[in-house]
Amino acid sequence: MGRVVSDARLLARALVDPASVTGLDAGGWTALLAMARAEQLIGTLATRLDGLPMPDAVTRILADARDAAEHGRRAALWEAEMARRALAALGCPVVLLKGTAFVAAGLSAGQGRSIGDLDILVPRAAIDAVEGALLAAGWEWVKPDPYDDAYYRRWMHELPPLIHRERDRMIDVHHTILPLTARITPDADALIEGSVDLRNGLRTLSPEDMIVHAAAHLLADGDLAGGLRNLWDIDRLCREFGDQEPDFYLTVMEAAHAHGLWRETARALRLAGQLFRTPVRGHESPIRFRFDEQPGDRWFRRRITARDGWGRPTRPLTRLAFYVRSHWLRMPPAMLARHLWTKWRKG
Amino acid sequence: MRHVFSVRIGPVGFRIGSDWRTPIAQLETLYRDYPKPDAGVPDFTVRLFARRPWRRVLRPSVEIGGDYMLPEAAPLPLRQGLLAAEMAMNLQMALGARRYLLLHASAVERDGRVLLMTGESGAGKSTLATLLAARGWRFMGDEFALLDPGTGLVHAFPRLISLKNEAIAAAEAAWPDARMGPLMPSTPKGDIRHMVPDARAIAAMDVPGRPALLLFPRYGFEAETRSVPPAEAFIRMTQASTNYVPLGEAGFRALTGLIAGVPSVAVDYPDGASAIAQVEALWAAS
Repeated sequence: MGRVVSDARLLARALVDPASVTGLDAGGWTALLAMARAEQLIGTLATRLDGLPMPDAVTRILADARDAAEHGRRAALWEAEMARRALAALGCPVVLLKGTAFVAAGLSAGQGRSIGDLDILVPRAAIDAVEGALLAAGWEWVKPDPYDDAYYRRWMHELPPLIHRERDRMIDVHHTILPLTARITPDADALIEGSVDLRNGLRTLSPEDMIVHAAAHLLADGDLAGGLRNLWDIDRLCREFGDQEPDFYLTVMEAAHAHGLWRETARALRLAGQLFRTPVRGHESPIRFRFDEQPGDRWFRRRITARDGWGRPTRPLTRLAFYVRSHWLRMPPAMLARHLWTKWRKG
Repeated sequence: MRHVFSVRIGPVGFRIGSDWRTPIAQLETLYRDYPKPDAGVPDFTVRLFARRPWRRVLRPSVEIGGDYMLPEAAPLPLRQGLLAAEMAMNLQMALGARRYLLLHASAVERDGRVLLMTGESGAGKSTLATLLAARGWRFMGDEFALLDPGTGLVHAFPRLISLKNEAIAAAEAAWPDARMGPLMPSTPKGDIRHMVPDARAIAAMDVPGRPALLLFPRYGFEAETRSVPPAEAFIRMTQASTNYVPLGEAGFRALTGLIAGVPSVAVDYPDGASAIAQVEALWAAS
């Protein structure tokens, strides 16, 4: 027997190597399920472990998780269709992002995936028209606070979140994939230009932009909360598209370079390789890159796997460091100070 | 976590972890006759924890967490730790359960047929179920009845009976030998005391029953019964189910099947004795 794994590497291993669960005792299963729920990967885990021998109690729990994911998939697709109908008359491209995009395109990254809000990307020039059309179709503001509202409109990469008054579902309307305050400015026009038609009035990002977006979300925006799920998306996308196309990673890194996200994408691919054995391949020409482990990677792995068998967050100092980093990435120091001061005064 | 207790209530296994010994000790005592989760793997994990390390000892305050959480759930003082545990277990059921359609109802059984009683807090669900159980009915649960969409059967969920305010004395009078938890005065829901269901309820908790009658009791009115039309019963039950929406089509089928299969009756009652007579009369006629 190997060393006892007491962080979310237990979950990562179960996802990438389902047969590894056959040695689990009751405590191991309990820990695995609690971690998977906390990381919102229970539906994914259920799909991966389907058909393997396991205690009946676990079979029942995972069957429930699969049912829940299937219901979530249907609801997400319906929500996307509702948005399509609301925006059809505008004639602008509507690009699905993240989970909804994966299930709409039938990708393996969508299998069992939990899906929360509907995320869409539209051209920045169309953002006012999109907002108006959604308001007319029954979506409403969630954040009534004028400072938050103004902050979103001036500095964020998305409209303030809207919620549908009858279906109680949120929509995030993006015009690019990183906040305008961030040091990196991805090429939003290229994202839309390269997007793929789903032939139902909706679009997804190209495979390489999906990976770059996931990497940006994971490493250039936020404190890596939910990072394991993000990295799992990247692993699945790489395996699905990388198998079909020998120069796939070249295409991905070219896209990463074009969006100013070379470092983030390279790191995300390295981390996926380290945690999920993603078969990433380096290139020597025309551009040179490798996915060998870099010194900082272990700190990111420490953060991403900071979860115990009770589903609790662990490693508070590492978490705090990444939380501080997330604000540092998101805005320049003077602006951060002003933002925190305003937020603090408003309590 | 430092202190742990596991239990199975009906078909649902729980693992409760706590930063403090007290609530775990209370759970161990009150649930001592219950089985452990199947194969040692619980369906849900519950956590009772201190937000900050010093809050374990300084004005200890119990935060409620687990697999499923509500961001706005307020912490409770440690002397209400047992209530926190029960609330957290209910929360896992309300937000996480998918195998059964959860009906916010009490349930009692006789001859394999189940009587369901639903209503807002204060309608008398728990009290009526307790009083009926004292008259020979099998107690199945006072909070959730678990309707299996595949079979249409109701499964028991006989957790500790949560008695509030005047119901505490009424239940103690009906069940003088029952084992009781600590009296918790002035909780957010008033005075609360937990009662252990009788031995028969625990012994038979794996036996489901076929629903036979659905009642909508209402306490504090003159005795009156009124048939509830199916459409009204259906709508009221969608509101009385915490997982009707996430179950989707399965939930719709289960609920329409239930409403089509059993009579629905609203029962206004002035006191327990009257309610028992009204319910027994309706049962005899159903």
